[in-house]
Amino acid sequence: MVYLTRKCEFSAAHYYHNPEFSPEENQRIFGKCNNPNGHGHNYTLEVTVKGAVNPRSGFVVDLKDLKDTLESEVLSALDHRFLNKEVPEFRDRIPTTENLAIVIWERLQPKMKVAQLHRVRVYETPDLFVDCYGEK
Amino acid sequence: MKAHLTRRYWFSASHRLHSDEMSAEENRATYGKCNNPYGHGHNYALEVTVSGPVDASTGMVCNLADLDGFVAREILSRYEHVNLNTLPEFTRRVPTTENLCTRIFEIVRRGFTQAHLEKVRIEETMMNSFEYAGGAEVRH
Repeated sequence: MVYLTRKCEFSAAHYYHNPEFSPEENQRIFGKCNNPNGHGHNYTLEVTVKGAVNPRSGFVVDLKDLKDTLESEVLSALDHRFLNKEVPEFRDRIPTTENLAIVIWERLQPKMKVAQLHRVRVYETPDLFVDCYGEK
Repeated sequence: MKAHLTRRYWFSASHRLHSDEMSAEENRATYGKCNNPYGHGHNYALEVTVSGPVDASTGMVCNLADLDGFVAREILSRYEHVNLNTLPEFTRRVPTTENLCTRIFEIVRRGFTQAHLEKVRIEETMMNSFEYAGGAEVRH
């Protein structure tokens, strides 16, 4: 079993707000992140896949295929978007880093044919990141 | 679905690696430059990883402000700009980063109850780092 990690970046805006909370609760729980006009981050995404090395190609997965999947399933949907307004999953989920990692896992996992998805890591800043291993 | 959240913090401290159970020669042989009697210092990077199911109403494993507040109060205020050898936990234990790592893990595990503590990782310098998961295998 060999693990392969591909890194990419995307930039997006978001804000945290739960319509079931009062304005005061939203402010208390989410603080500055509750500003309805949003704010943004340069996110770094690391996707780790694992699998046996194909003896003919020497690959766990063709990196070009992985890059294409990341582009079509993740980056085209998230890069330079306002997550709350433009990404369907975030109409009823708060676009925290936790949920971003989970949404990216859910988008990628069904597309993995050759290798197995091991971990999705999303850095919101260099000092804050979330890992998702697809555990229920 | 479950998520693992890691937050990174910084503190600077000095220490001297020296064991009273060893002779002067053995201390020098074991700890080398780190045995310098006047001590030396590092900029430590501390990573705290907590895990759990994501709360549907907040989208969070735990509130980051709570974790930051706890770490500032219980860890950073204790270790920032101090000589580690002067602290009670290091009067009888050598303040290696191994021992610092397990000590910080215990402080967070006992005091921070909003999420499950997965792991503590400390970079002593850019060249060496230490991880402790309470005795469990570290997950990567």
